[in-house]
Amino acid sequence: MSSVFFMLTMGLYFVSTVCYLAYLLRRAETLSKVSLGITAVGFATHTVALVARMADSSQAQLPTFHEALSFFSWMLILVFLAVEFRRQLHVLGSFIVPLALVSLVTAAAFRSDETSSLQPVFKTLWVHVTLSMLGTVGFAVAFVAGVMYLIQDGLLKSKRFNVLYAKLPALDYLDHLNQQSIVMGFPLLTLGIISGAFSAEIVRGSYVNWNPEQTWAMVTWGFYFAVLVGRLTIGWRAKRAAYLTIIGFAGVILTLIGVVLKSHGSVS
Amino acid sequence: MHVIVVGLSHKTAPVEIREKLAVPESRLREALSRLCTYPGVREGLLLSTCNRVEVYAVVEDLESGYGRVQEFLADTHLSLSSEHLTPHLYWHAGDRAISHLFRVASSLDSMIVGESQILGQIKDAFEVALTHKASGLLLNKIVKKAISVAKRVRTETKIAETAVSVSYAAVELAKKIFSNLTEKTVLLIGAGEMAKLAARHLIANGVRQVRITTRNFQHGLELAQKFNGTAVPFEDYKTELAGADIVLVSTGASHYLITADDVQRAMRQRMSRPMFLIDISVPRNIDPAVRPIDDAFLFDIDDLHMRVEQNREDRLREAAKAEQMVVEEVAVLGQWLQSLEVTPTIVALRGRTEEIKRREVEKVLARLAHLSSEDRAAVEALASAIVNKMVHGTMVTLKAEATSSSGAAYVDAARRFFSLEDAPAAYPPAQTDVQDVPEENGAGNGANRFSGEALVQHSTKEQGRRVS
Repeated sequence: MSSVFFMLTMGLYFVSTVCYLAYLLRRAETLSKVSLGITAVGFATHTVALVARMADSSQAQLPTFHEALSFFSWMLILVFLAVEFRRQLHVLGSFIVPLALVSLVTAAAFRSDETSSLQPVFKTLWVHVTLSMLGTVGFAVAFVAGVMYLIQDGLLKSKRFNVLYAKLPALDYLDHLNQQSIVMGFPLLTLGIISGAFSAEIVRGSYVNWNPEQTWAMVTWGFYFAVLVGRLTIGWRAKRAAYLTIIGFAGVILTLIGVVLKSHGSVS
Repeated sequence: MHVIVVGLSHKTAPVEIREKLAVPESRLREALSRLCTYPGVREGLLLSTCNRVEVYAVVEDLESGYGRVQEFLADTHLSLSSEHLTPHLYWHAGDRAISHLFRVASSLDSMIVGESQILGQIKDAFEVALTHKASGLLLNKIVKKAISVAKRVRTETKIAETAVSVSYAAVELAKKIFSNLTEKTVLLIGAGEMAKLAARHLIANGVRQVRITTRNFQHGLELAQKFNGTAVPFEDYKTELAGADIVLVSTGASHYLITADDVQRAMRQRMSRPMFLIDISVPRNIDPAVRPIDDAFLFDIDDLHMRVEQNREDRLREAAKAEQMVVEEVAVLGQWLQSLEVTPTIVALRGRTEEIKRREVEKVLARLAHLSSEDRAAVEALASAIVNKMVHGTMVTLKAEATSSSGAAYVDAARRFFSLEDAPAAYPPAQTDVQDVPEENGAGNGANRFSGEALVQHSTKEQGRRVS
């Protein structure tokens, strides 16, 4: 059942992505309502798919990339729906939904139905993956806000008052969204790394062994720490913050790719 | 009954004529009650704004109705003779009059398409007409519909969403940089008219902190009082920059008052908080070299003009959608007006058949005096059944066709077949002396009042008269 709903979700997110991208270029506001409706239905089927998957594998399975990415995609849509509900910021969908789709398609590539029985140690691994992914969602939203900021900044600077200009919100709101996302994402990532260190201690007997992906994770953490402190103390905001969060998210993606390449299919 | 409008607007008359014709509020009441005393005028509404003076009326006869309303306009404004007035007037009747009112209310006929004032003015005019009982069933329905059409246009199109003046364009841009203007500080350098207007718009949109500096400090103080702001000595304007989120410059200076260095210094102090600079002065007072500085957004008068021009195009595009809505709504109202024509015919038909039945039954029963009361009842029932079955089809058809385009023809046919010409004509019952205004002709009595014929008749006349 899980796979049927998963495929259905992918289809719905795909249609919704197409609609949201069309919405960017069109004046018609109805398109955003259609897209939102499709996204909401997709979110519902996605929830069913996730719950069914959990029920299938119960606690006995390792968190796989498939699950991590699918969960990431689900959280992104959840955040989008929450912001949309509060602020009616339709255009956010044109940026977040495609990102969620990419993540879900990647998840599909890693899908495997094998289940293996494992020791309870992996409970900590579940915590590690969940927290890290929640942190990553924060950085993803910051990334999206950063991209939107740079676009709006560019349009204002070049005096191109087009459809996109009309749809994007005020610069300071995007900057605020950027800050909020990092303020939420950073502590979650920190906890994710700490729980990761604990599970590494259980599995391998050492908290940190400085393998490449751990090193990358620490670099990413340090980077976001700097971004956050810089913003709060010496005014790294606005355009600079937008650039920094885009670079930071690229770092996060690289870390994930590194982990994937190293251990194809499961985190061990 | 005909709905008509006679009037003039910025499209047909220069301001010298409009200002003479405008009816001051104090005289509205008197003018309205006088309008309703003209013979054949059943209902009236007077709309008088700086861009238009229009009389909407429900009249019994089209030709004389136009004449009466025109007379009324000339009488109201003794300084204008009929000859002066006529070339500027337009006349509409029926659907075209209704469509005109809808367009006016939706601000499609305004000087600035999409402006919102006109709707309020129509509401006020309607209020006056209501309190003086000048408007009745027809105008009430039509004006209320016009108000709802205008609201629909405002919510379903973006006709009123964009800025159409340079000073307002500044506010619109500010809102793309700052989502909430209440916490922002405006620095006004110089006191050009447009800058003051822009400052006023910004205050109306929530800005609370206004700092003002002019070369003449006394003048600055006066302005500060007006804007509820603070006057700053002119020498200090550069140090004020860092604290300002929005800088409005409009002085007569012939050189750059604000250079790229000034802005760069301010931006460092502001720790990259965005700054919106508006230069409305010609020659410019802010060095264009400021443009590339991060987080500082400079707009000069040409940028603002360009924005307004774009908005105007957007509005016209939206106006096309609104026109379509007006057409739809006029059709809906037209159906209602037509159905008004059917009701009296059905009533007359029922009365007529009832009358025939009663007379015939009486005649027969008088001759058959020996019948028992049961038999008499049976005879009466027979007559009723025959009559009812005979006219049933006609009634059903009339009701069904009431709102169709050929409804008037059916009404006309029914009136002829059943000889209803002398039956009470059409809604509404006359308030004034009916003898004054003889009905047009027997056959079409009331049937095609709001229908095609009246329109054709009228539009040819309009071509002859209308000054565009």
